[in-house]
Amino acid sequence: MPRLKFPAPPIPPAFQPKPKRPGTGNGKVKPADQAAEAGIHVVDWIDERTSLSGGLRWLMFRKVPRGTNWFYTLGSATLFAFLSQAVTGVFLAMFYDPSATHAYESVRYITNEAFLGQFVRGMHRWGSTVMVILVFLHMARTFFFGAYKYPRELNWVIGVVLLILTMTMAFTGYLLPFDQRSYWATIVGVNINGTGPLIGPYLSDFLRAGPEFGALTLSRFYSIHMLLVPGLIAALIGAHLYLVAKLGTTAPPWIEAEEDPAAELHKAEV
Amino acid sequence: MNQREKERYLRDYAILKSQGKPFFPYAVAKDSAMAALVLAVIITLSIVLGAELGPKADPTTTTYVPRPEWYFFFLFEVLRVVRPPEFVPFATIGVPTLCMILLFLLPFYDRSPERRPERRPIATAAGIITIAAMAYLTYMGANAGSPNAVDMKPPSSLTGAALTQWNAGRLVVGQSGCLACHRIGENGNDGPGPQLTHVASRLPAAAIAQTLRNPTAPMPSFQSLADSQPEKFRNLVAFLGQLR
Ligand code: HEC
Ligand code: HEM
Repeated sequence: MPRLKFPAPPIPPAFQPKPKRPGTGNGKVKPADQAAEAGIHVVDWIDERTSLSGGLRWLMFRKVPRGTNWFYTLGSATLFAFLSQAVTGVFLAMFYDPSATHAYESVRYITNEAFLGQFVRGMHRWGSTVMVILVFLHMARTFFFGAYKYPRELNWVIGVVLLILTMTMAFTGYLLPFDQRSYWATIVGVNINGTGPLIGPYLSDFLRAGPEFGALTLSRFYSIHMLLVPGLIAALIGAHLYLVAKLGTTAPPWIEAEEDPAAELHKAEV
Repeated sequence: MNQREKERYLRDYAILKSQGKPFFPYAVAKDSAMAALVLAVIITLSIVLGAELGPKADPTTTTYVPRPEWYFFFLFEVLRVVRPPEFVPFATIGVPTLCMILLFLLPFYDRSPERRPERRPIATAAGIITIAAMAYLTYMGANAGSPNAVDMKPPSSLTGAALTQWNAGRLVVGQSGCLACHRIGENGNDGPGPQLTHVASRLPAAAIAQTLRNPTAPMPSFQSLADSQPEKFRNLVAFLGQLR
């Protein structure tokens, strides 16, 4: 007998599977039942050693407050756009060569020759636009709903760092095709950074890998773009989502909390 | 927020939460629908707009007008408008840094317990003004002599269907990134490709189409455009065939 039991999904009674009537099926075990049984055993085996089920139940069956609407999907949509960037980025990295002499050629190869290359490159390119738009929409939602107030201040702060990191991704990725557009726009961008107070000159030296835009600049941008920043983003998204699950998402601000009318009635009767 | 307001918020929230629905499957279903929509939008954009690749980076060119990705247009516009050199660092680094710090510290200086947008007039107004300012700067930055649009008048002899085709072809030239290498009238760069302003007086339309299919490097081949969207390709050739 499996130890794990999931709560019944909240679907209308008419659609819920009916329990078998006793005496039907002649007690024979069908292959489908056996397969289901085996699957449950595997899950049980893992759960006995990890106790993951408690955490999963906490994550999946926590309640979201009354009034939660479509605006609340913007955060997970951003997460999805990030995942899409990660997947398409892995495929691009299989062909990309971050050296000043070969970068352009390798992107040309991806665009014109690799199977579905132009499509994947297009998804990565436009995915970045979509992700930036979604981050801003999500931020606007949390701003106008006052979701940054007690007790979610920390989640807002993590969010601002995520916003900056997302823009960093956009900036460093722009150089990688190494065509005229990306080259000259990046030169301007790095020089703007250099005019910043205090750390400005150091920051632009760090980005260029030296005082001049040179052979190492491209590989530096590449490692920032595909290792450093995505790692930071993934870790911070983890922290962001942990806080979301722990604190719960806000209810829309115009929804008033009132005790359950049925409960009120019950109190009055007693 | 003082202790009483915090406790009040937590109590109200607990009530609202207990009256809500479980995350799985209700929120998960909405999130999945939204994820499907996001994926559909990305795929559509990729298929319709593709990924262009301009000419190879060339540190020796001096005429190239750098253009950032559109979400940096607002910065670009600030850079374009602010002229005196001593103000430039302030405008491009100072203002964005200040905005970031203000954004970062928002929960620490806006401490009122009120959450409804209409009862937080200062915050709501500041938010709307920020969005409007960013939108305005982005719009201005986008229209500041876009290098991707061919801005010219059609020959007066063209009417009806021929004019429509001319305009359609003009758009294709913009989308295909020809201006990165060619000058057409007032638009585009002076190299590495030759001027196309009067290309039709040099080459007949058939030869132009042949060049597009089978060009000499470094010009990229547009054979794939001819195969996948013959209509666009015909419009492109028709437009170039009018540049006398
Ligand atoms: C990567 C840069 C580049 C791009 C992008 C590019 N071209 Fe070219 N193009 C060139 C170069 C370089 C030549 C000269 C080739 C040669 O020496 O024969 C050329 C030649 C031509 C010619 C022949 C001109 C003549 O007088 O012989 C035509 C027509 C032309 N290009 C049209 C286009 C069109 C239309 C597009 C956009 C759909 C385009 N090109 C995109 C670089 C480019
Ligand atoms: C990589 C980018 C980001 C991802 C993947 C992400 C993801 C999420 C998700 C899934 C939620 C759950 C609720 C919802 O979807 O609305 C959430 C909540 C939240 N996010 Fe983000 N987020 C990102 C960036 C940001 C930014 C830039 C900010 C603001 C500066 C921010 C602030 C918040 C806040 C305050 C909440 C709590 C909202 C509430 O409880 O109603 N996030 N985030």
